[in-house]
Amino acid sequence: MTNATITLTVDGRQIETRPGQTILEATEAAGVYVPRLCWMKGLLPFGSCRVCTVRVNGRPQAACTQPVAPGMVIENDTEELRALRRDLIDMLFVEGNHFCMFCEKSGNCELQALAYRFGIAAPGYPFLFPQRALDASHPGIFLDRNRCVLCARCVRASRELDGKTVFGFAGRGAGRRIAVNGEDLAHTDAEATDRAVAACPTGSLLVKRIGYAVPVGRRRYDQEPIGSDIEPAAAGR
Amino acid sequence: MAKPRVATASLCGCFGCHMSLLDIDDRILQLVELVDFDRCPIDDIKEITGPVDIGLIEGGCCNEENVKVLQEFRRHCKVLVSVGDCAINGGVPALRNLVPLRECYEEAYLRGPSVDNPSGRIPDDEEIPLLLDRVVPCHEVVRIDHFLPGCPPSADTLWAALTALLAGRAPELPYELVKYD
Repeated sequence: MTNATITLTVDGRQIETRPGQTILEATEAAGVYVPRLCWMKGLLPFGSCRVCTVRVNGRPQAACTQPVAPGMVIENDTEELRALRRDLIDMLFVEGNHFCMFCEKSGNCELQALAYRFGIAAPGYPFLFPQRALDASHPGIFLDRNRCVLCARCVRASRELDGKTVFGFAGRGAGRRIAVNGEDLAHTDAEATDRAVAACPTGSLLVKRIGYAVPVGRRRYDQEPIGSDIEPAAAGR
Repeated sequence: MAKPRVATASLCGCFGCHMSLLDIDDRILQLVELVDFDRCPIDDIKEITGPVDIGLIEGGCCNEENVKVLQEFRRHCKVLVSVGDCAINGGVPALRNLVPLRECYEEAYLRGPSVDNPSGRIPDDEEIPLLLDRVVPCHEVVRIDHFLPGCPPSADTLWAALTALLAGRAPELPYELVKYD
């Protein structure tokens, strides 16, 4: 079994994969970018954001959690799925308070980068301007729930990579929010060097006293769309 | 043939987007060849004088006057463009949407550390436009045809969009010109 390969089709193109891979891993190895937000290399997949939704034999599936199987026919870059992903990103923007113009993460933010890649010039939904608590108690870490997209990357990284349980969820539905394992962040064993802090795709968890270290134009997503590192250079979008 | 007419206004913004327009450098000489300006803070015309081809709106709506100006622009402009993050999502002024309006007033006129207001009254003169309960993006008030995000949109973004619109095309900007900061 170990040397067996599985053949599947992505947008009409055949790719070879190994058993045990997820669709997201298999397509990435073949140079196909499936947009993703809550997925992060090195963490167990979570499947919460649904940005990586593809159609597998006609059914919508999260590419980050679904293992490959022989003969799968996968649709990824279709108008329908682009619209779905665009809507998901759109909703994450209006459901939070994302003030990109003064956010230290701007230019390096995965949420913003997905919006850029999808060409979102203005949201299609009304802004909610929710009330969200921020926590500046920790000497080295800033937690701003206004920018949180509930991807659980900090929750998983704290547990899986840092061997701690600093972050978790509290509340349900629209009231769901990131909670910390203590009265506030200062009363936990969180450290600014924790992988959990670096795992945040947005500016919700920031290391203090770094600020706007990289000039505009040289930040991660200033010139190249997110996913460009996965796609072969010549591939058009 | 008469030149296309352009009108601009800064609603609840900081004039940064207008500054960015001035930042097109020597292309401003081409611009005055290409268009005539109607109402605009740069020529100080206070009211729109007639039909306008392209209206550029900076800033969102934070008070009743902003709404009236925006509606005036929509009535007169064939193409109306939201320019900058404040017009598109409220921007920095929308931070007050997280604070009740009364608290905003009290902080500004009664409790703020630099406030000297012995009367203890919040100004309510009818000359002062009433604040909306919250800052709203322009497209939640009137129909907007195009959006140019950025804080501000760069001079190159504004120039690329304006020249496209003047040529009768929708502004389709390259990746590096669409930014939220």
